[in-house]
Amino acid sequence: MVTGTEPVTEVVDLALTPLRELNQRLHDVATAGEGPRHWRVVNPRGAHAVACGLDAELDVEIDGHVGYYCAGMNQLATVRVRGNAGTGLAENMMSGLVVVDGSASQSAGATGRGGLLVVRGDAAARCGISMKGVDIVVRGSVGHLSAFMAQTGCLVVCGDAGDALGDSIYEARLYVRGTVAGLGADCIEKEMREEHVAQVRDLLARAEVDDVDPADFRRYGSARQLYTFKIDNAGAY
Amino acid sequence: MSDTVSTGTSRAGEWHPGLRESYLFDRNTIAEIQRAAREGIYDIRGFGAKRSLPHFDDLLFLGASVSRYPLEGYRERCDTNVTLGTRFAKRPLELKIPVTIAGMSFGALSAPAKEALGRAATEVGTSTTTGDGGMTPEERGHSKLLVYQVLPSRYGMSPDDLRRADAIEVVVGQGAKPGGGGMLLGYKISDRVAAMRDLPKGIDQRSACRHPDWTGPDDLEIKIGELREITDWEKPIFVKVGATRTYYDVQLAVKAGADVIVVDGMQGGTAATQDVFIEHVGIPTLCAIPLAVQALQELGLHREVQLIVSGGIRTGADVAKALALGADAVSIGTAALVAMGDNSPEYEEQYRKIGSSAGFYDDWQAGRDPAGISTQDDELASHFDPVLGGRKVANYLRVLTLETQTLARACGKSHVHNLEPEDLVALTIEAAAMARVPLAGTNWIPGLNGSL
Repeated sequence: MVTGTEPVTEVVDLALTPLRELNQRLHDVATAGEGPRHWRVVNPRGAHAVACGLDAELDVEIDGHVGYYCAGMNQLATVRVRGNAGTGLAENMMSGLVVVDGSASQSAGATGRGGLLVVRGDAAARCGISMKGVDIVVRGSVGHLSAFMAQTGCLVVCGDAGDALGDSIYEARLYVRGTVAGLGADCIEKEMREEHVAQVRDLLARAEVDDVDPADFRRYGSARQLYTFKIDNAGAY
Repeated sequence: MSDTVSTGTSRAGEWHPGLRESYLFDRNTIAEIQRAAREGIYDIRGFGAKRSLPHFDDLLFLGASVSRYPLEGYRERCDTNVTLGTRFAKRPLELKIPVTIAGMSFGALSAPAKEALGRAATEVGTSTTTGDGGMTPEERGHSKLLVYQVLPSRYGMSPDDLRRADAIEVVVGQGAKPGGGGMLLGYKISDRVAAMRDLPKGIDQRSACRHPDWTGPDDLEIKIGELREITDWEKPIFVKVGATRTYYDVQLAVKAGADVIVVDGMQGGTAATQDVFIEHVGIPTLCAIPLAVQALQELGLHREVQLIVSGGIRTGADVAKALALGADAVSIGTAALVAMGDNSPEYEEQYRKIGSSAGFYDDWQAGRDPAGISTQDDELASHFDPVLGGRKVANYLRVLTLETQTLARACGKSHVHNLEPEDLVALTIEAAAMARVPLAGTNWIPGLNGSL
């Protein structure tokens, strides 16, 4: 065991170490308030729930592909996946940073309440579903029903967005650089003012995406027409 | 009525000789058609199903006699404790009584009402449950055993609260609206509720009906695995379903790794749901229990995966009958609210001012509850005393327990879990078929054996 002050990386091989042991050790750092801060996980081999429930300023690098719910409910930690991620990447993350070098399956960043999620490849359907304050930057494209019922936070898509983007959206801000296959119920395009360009610029910088121009994005958000029940809106659903 | 007859005139809704009301278009039906035409929106209300359904009232216990001997009603021990979550969790829930408080959200209920539920549950040694709105400090602080719900909306979802909880309940559905999501109308989205749910104040909030990050039983298994990992396998994980295809749902939830299954029959209450949903979707609690028990028995996990049943529990007789059919515990929601003062004649004058009456009040969605329970109005909520309300619910829980013990002793059982289907008979053919106990005076269980 190394102390928190030593710049040594703790390496855990999931081919040899049970997932339960890895997560317990990561949790123990938060519980004890001390322990290794830098972790490298090798041979994840698509395991589910890798590095979920972290609650300390850890730096966890995962070498390979992960399954469902990697970095789920993350707090404070930085988790980097050198591969692809399965369903529910960083679901309900509260704070910290989660970066996936490859692509993410559906429901990336679902219900996230804070922090920053970066997907350098594409994200599949329902990216940012019910997001509640998390910021998400996708270097590639997102699938259908992304930002479904999105409440707050920003979704920045450098590529294209699939059908029904922002369906039943609340107050989240959606920025898309490419084409949008279709907008969902109550989602409309909105004016891209300088403050929005600045917001995209900031998010791209934090995501270390430096090859796209913030001015190229278009903004989408809620028309706020479905916030209360009105019979005249019945056809919109 | 006498005025009407004497003057020979009639006012709307008053019968006099010669007037025949339609069974098909009765007064409630006519009123609803007229309301729908006037308002252009479906009726949304609270409470649960109001239609007549086969229920526990249709069952009777066979008390002990010559062939069985009873226990002394006031002397011999009849235990009531329940352990929930023995399958996988490091820290199962130890309850003193087999009655728990069901999930009801802060938002649907006022903060003092939630506090009262926590106080009551703690006083009698049982658990209470959060709801579709997150965990409040008041609730956590006053609840020794608190079950934290993971719902499709994930409003207020927090890993800190997961770790603070004593058990986790993954809510797939509820009996009042299987297949539907939560609903909280704008009147009740106060500043605090809005902040907890990350929503704009005053909007009509419609929760998702599907979970955002899993679909189907295989995903659910992985989701449960994640929740266990986050909480280091300490907490029992419940899966709650509204009663519909109960046999299959229970088997799939067990396969997905649930420690405890919660089955909520169609009589289960709601804070706000379309009336058409409440009255026309789901199956009665009475028939859901045998389906769930069969599913568990076929897996060899009855009693190892515990079964909690809710939906229409009102008396100790209901509790005892649910346990006899194979449940490990029951949950109450509506009855707990009534115990703490909902629909009390004390508020008759105020109920009348809002177009209702004590005993009929079901507009829990509107937030104008004079009892201060189903409201987010600070002035109304101030009418409710959480200490007194908690005391009333605790009293009620004790009565339920005493009544359950009374019936169990009469059947010769030294633990309420020793009640069994063999102790029951049914009063109607429907109840016999649904509960899978014989029609009284016969050996006939319709659907299972021969004919009368």
